[in-house]
Amino acid sequence: MSAAARQVAPVDPRSAGAMVSVRSVSKVYPGGVEALNDISLDFPRGQLTTLLGPSGCGKTTLLKIVAGLLPATSGEVLVEGRTVTGPGPERAFVFQDFALMPWATVLRNVAFGLELRGTPRSEREDVAAHYIAQVGLKGFESKFPHELSGGMRQRVGLARALAVKAEVLLMDEPFSAVDEQTRRKFQEDLLQLVVNEQKTFIFVTHSIEEAVYVSNRIILLSRRPSRVMRIIEPDIPRDVSPDQIRRNTAYLDTVESIWQGLKQYLD
Amino acid sequence: MIVFGYKLPMATSLILWAILWEAVGRLDLVSLIPPLTSVMMRFEEIVPTETFLDALALTARAFALGTGIAIVVGVPIGVVMGRSAIVDRLLLPWVNVFVSAPLTALVPVIMALFGFGETTIVLTVVLFAIWIVVLDARAGARNISASLVEMAHCYGATPWQAFSKVYVWAALPEILAGIRLGLVRAIKGVIIGQLVVSVVGFGYLFEIYQSNFLMEHLWALLLVLFALAFLIDGVLGYLEKRVEYYAAAR
Repeated sequence: MSAAARQVAPVDPRSAGAMVSVRSVSKVYPGGVEALNDISLDFPRGQLTTLLGPSGCGKTTLLKIVAGLLPATSGEVLVEGRTVTGPGPERAFVFQDFALMPWATVLRNVAFGLELRGTPRSEREDVAAHYIAQVGLKGFESKFPHELSGGMRQRVGLARALAVKAEVLLMDEPFSAVDEQTRRKFQEDLLQLVVNEQKTFIFVTHSIEEAVYVSNRIILLSRRPSRVMRIIEPDIPRDVSPDQIRRNTAYLDTVESIWQGLKQYLD
Repeated sequence: MIVFGYKLPMATSLILWAILWEAVGRLDLVSLIPPLTSVMMRFEEIVPTETFLDALALTARAFALGTGIAIVVGVPIGVVMGRSAIVDRLLLPWVNVFVSAPLTALVPVIMALFGFGETTIVLTVVLFAIWIVVLDARAGARNISASLVEMAHCYGATPWQAFSKVYVWAALPEILAGIRLGLVRAIKGVIIGQLVVSVVGFGYLFEIYQSNFLMEHLWALLLVLFALAFLIDGVLGYLEKRVEYYAAAR
């Protein structure tokens, strides 16, 4: 364990500051594939927590259980103390493949969550326009998804999640379908967003660098059936420029230490 | 097509066959085939007649109504089948039976139930068109990307909202392909219906021409119907192309 990242107890019993708590969640898929094995975790309010692990380890499964898209086989998920039984307005999801409606404009896509809630058209379009501008897509409101690049499409996905003003943002490998340069920009913007929006972010990635760069906390999951292997809180200065962060020794040491931990799963 | 270095337009083969037809007709080889030119002359003669226009109006009405019912009923059933395993199990065997069954044999049954009027013809059109519409809408609904379904669920769509705002649109390319095939079958339905009933519309005209051995009239009528079917198919093909752009983007 490097000095740069300190290790904390796997489960904090006093989950007072937790926005989302996962309590002994297990998931067995029909057919007997055991994806998650007795996972207990707290996701602190206003922070970005990353689920990181070898591919196919059940990170996305856990995220979808938190989203209410998948039922847990046992255990429960609490959001602000209430048990999750399905999707709810306090949680919004950002999809790996963007999940935009190709027949709808950027404006309608972003406003879609509000449209489903029955918000009047002019009101929801005002909100959507605000978030479209915030993610840097001002002027693209009337474009269709197929007219945008991959990176821009994911910005639309992000704006849609922000527009519903959910407290918890669930992001499923949101940058994995985006090219490397765009991804870096995205990561920088995400840091800014965490600071500005004061929301609880749960972020799934398979990129160690990305995890260390954007996260307040990193939860390392083992190979299937997943258990919590380690929780890391990267001790990296956030108030410096992105380039300085990427050259920071604490950053590099944390990346290295996680890599050493995950290497065993590659055969 | 390039022949001896000359680029020939698509219609060339059509002209070739027309010339062949004319020749066969002129040589009086087969008594059933009059020369194309005399068929064309008949064309001008029968099209403005009242019987023809009435038959055309009846056919158009029955066709429009029948396909309308087939689409309005068939698309929702297909989409629901594609999204719900229970409904699918319940209905799929029937749809599969009817989509390939010799439906002409059922027309007399409809006639026995609903008489010799327009209702029978409309229902025949529905019977011919609806199954492929259902089947293609089902295929479209099954192909909707999992994440789009999750998106609708996640952002709080009610089942009705998910159906009307997401599923139908996401399945639209397949739905339109199904409607196109359905319309082609509907054309068969509207003609076969009239032929079986044979006291109204084109069925009546066919009956007269056939029994009086008016081959030129018969061919002229057939050409009109073929052209109509071709036109409808063409229009739908064009519409389908217009939504193709997002078929790939889903």
